[in-house]
Amino acid sequence: MMEKMVFGRYIPGDSFVHRLDPRSKLIFVFIFIAAVFLANSTLSYALLLAFTLLSILASKVRIGFLIGGLKPVMFLIAFTFLLHIFFTKEGDLLFELGFLKIYEEGLRQGIYISVRFLVLVLMTSLLTLTTSPISITDGLEVLLNPLKKVKFPVHELALMMSISLRFIPTLMDETDKILKAQLARGSDISSGTMKERVQAVVPLLVPLFVSAFKRAEDLAIAMEVRGYRGGEGRTRYRQLKWDWRDTTALLILLAVIIALWFLRG
Amino acid sequence: MDIALEQVGYTYAAGTPFQKRALHDVNVRIPSGSYTAIIGHTGSGKSTLLQHLNGLLKPTAGRVRIGDTEVTKETKGKQLKPVRRKVGIVFQFPEHQLFEETVLKDVMFGPLNFGVQEEEAKARALRWINRLGLPEGTAEKSPFDLSGGQMRRVAIAGVLAMEPDVLVLDEPTAGLDPAGRKEIMDLFYELHEQRDMTTILVTHSMEDAARYADHMIVMHDGTDVLQGPPGEVFGDAERLAGWRLGVPRTVSFQRLYEEGAGLPHGPAALTEEQLASYLAAHLGEGGSAS
Repeated sequence: MMEKMVFGRYIPGDSFVHRLDPRSKLIFVFIFIAAVFLANSTLSYALLLAFTLLSILASKVRIGFLIGGLKPVMFLIAFTFLLHIFFTKEGDLLFELGFLKIYEEGLRQGIYISVRFLVLVLMTSLLTLTTSPISITDGLEVLLNPLKKVKFPVHELALMMSISLRFIPTLMDETDKILKAQLARGSDISSGTMKERVQAVVPLLVPLFVSAFKRAEDLAIAMEVRGYRGGEGRTRYRQLKWDWRDTTALLILLAVIIALWFLRG
Repeated sequence: MDIALEQVGYTYAAGTPFQKRALHDVNVRIPSGSYTAIIGHTGSGKSTLLQHLNGLLKPTAGRVRIGDTEVTKETKGKQLKPVRRKVGIVFQFPEHQLFEETVLKDVMFGPLNFGVQEEEAKARALRWINRLGLPEGTAEKSPFDLSGGQMRRVAIAGVLAMEPDVLVLDEPTAGLDPAGRKEIMDLFYELHEQRDMTTILVTHSMEDAARYADHMIVMHDGTDVLQGPPGEVFGDAERLAGWRLGVPRTVSFQRLYEEGAGLPHGPAALTEEQLASYLAAHLGEGGSAS
């Protein structure tokens, strides 16, 4: 049922992008997201799109798979596209049908915003597709380390993140199992009135909560008996390594940003 | 109600990098009124197969006939509800599906969903709670206050209260104590006999398969490799070992005895009783094991 979801999934692989240090990937995506908002001309958007496609190629993730995973976001993109088309009234009139008037500027803005959305979603999906959840949290923990000075619980936050990421697939499996068990008992979520549908969720949620709490308790006990007591003095099995790839990736990004700056209208 | 699978294939997450073929070219017939055991090593496709038996999964290839209903990949969800009324499934660890405030309400959930009147559903629920040997007064308790074994019984009562024609059991006694196991398995067998209920048991226990089933399906690597009565299936231990399956304890004992005594392999002794009379017959002839 949820097996088609791409966002937040990790596909192991051995490409340039896969081998990047999670820290550089995080910084990269973060800066990229900010840089996307620099673009304001056709050429600059074309550059963004081309750069994103190149990154996908470098990651060796199948494009068809990424596009397939865009379906849930497509609705949002189409919606904003239409909003812009119908409500921007600047530039030359391109097309008229009764009360529907489409202006040049509206079409342009619509396309710009759609590309912006597309590029943002593709890049962030690429991050999670090529980086294991554990590496992401490891990277984040290191990057946030300076915040420890102001007593921000960085380690606890990273631990919470990795635990939640770890349990997403488990809970999905569990949901699937309970859903099937209730379907077999004649519960019906996909038909009936709104009220009936909402009621049909109860037999799903109650068992899910019960098992989630039980799992949390078991996990807490398991951590306790293995002597876990927070991040103080804790060493790592997986060491993060910054090498030439990471520097290269960030330099390329810098070049793109400079180019973007010059291509601005 | 006959169930037949014809050239059934099922692939999870088709068209993504996570694609996984779980079943291929499965041709299986489960005769009405039979007690069929499905055995196979972990990952052989047993669980996927069982979800096809009431339309929880639709085959990605081939078709499944359940009584007069045919399920293919085009079948709409709505057509499947009547099928689910006739085929009840007790999943592994069914106690995870309990959700109501009281045991009574939980057991009534299935029958009510399938259009049974309130009064009748209540009567059925009380009857099945009692039949599963739960103590007096359990009906009014919260299912979450019960012990694990009792929760299991309540969940099973919840499926039986739907009074299905076909009962599918997926490792129904996993994690229960030996006495509880036997009690529940005997109850299923009794229902099978009395109500002529087609029973399908997915199990890792060769002993259970041998004792209760009259028909067996062996799954290996996503397809059916052998079908037949238990005597035949357990007759050839070497072939089963090739699919990483064993034979019941009674059969391995019998074979050891036969080899020790230099006897030819006789028909497989499927239960302790059969083994005992087999041994009695041989020892009675004046021979001894040594």
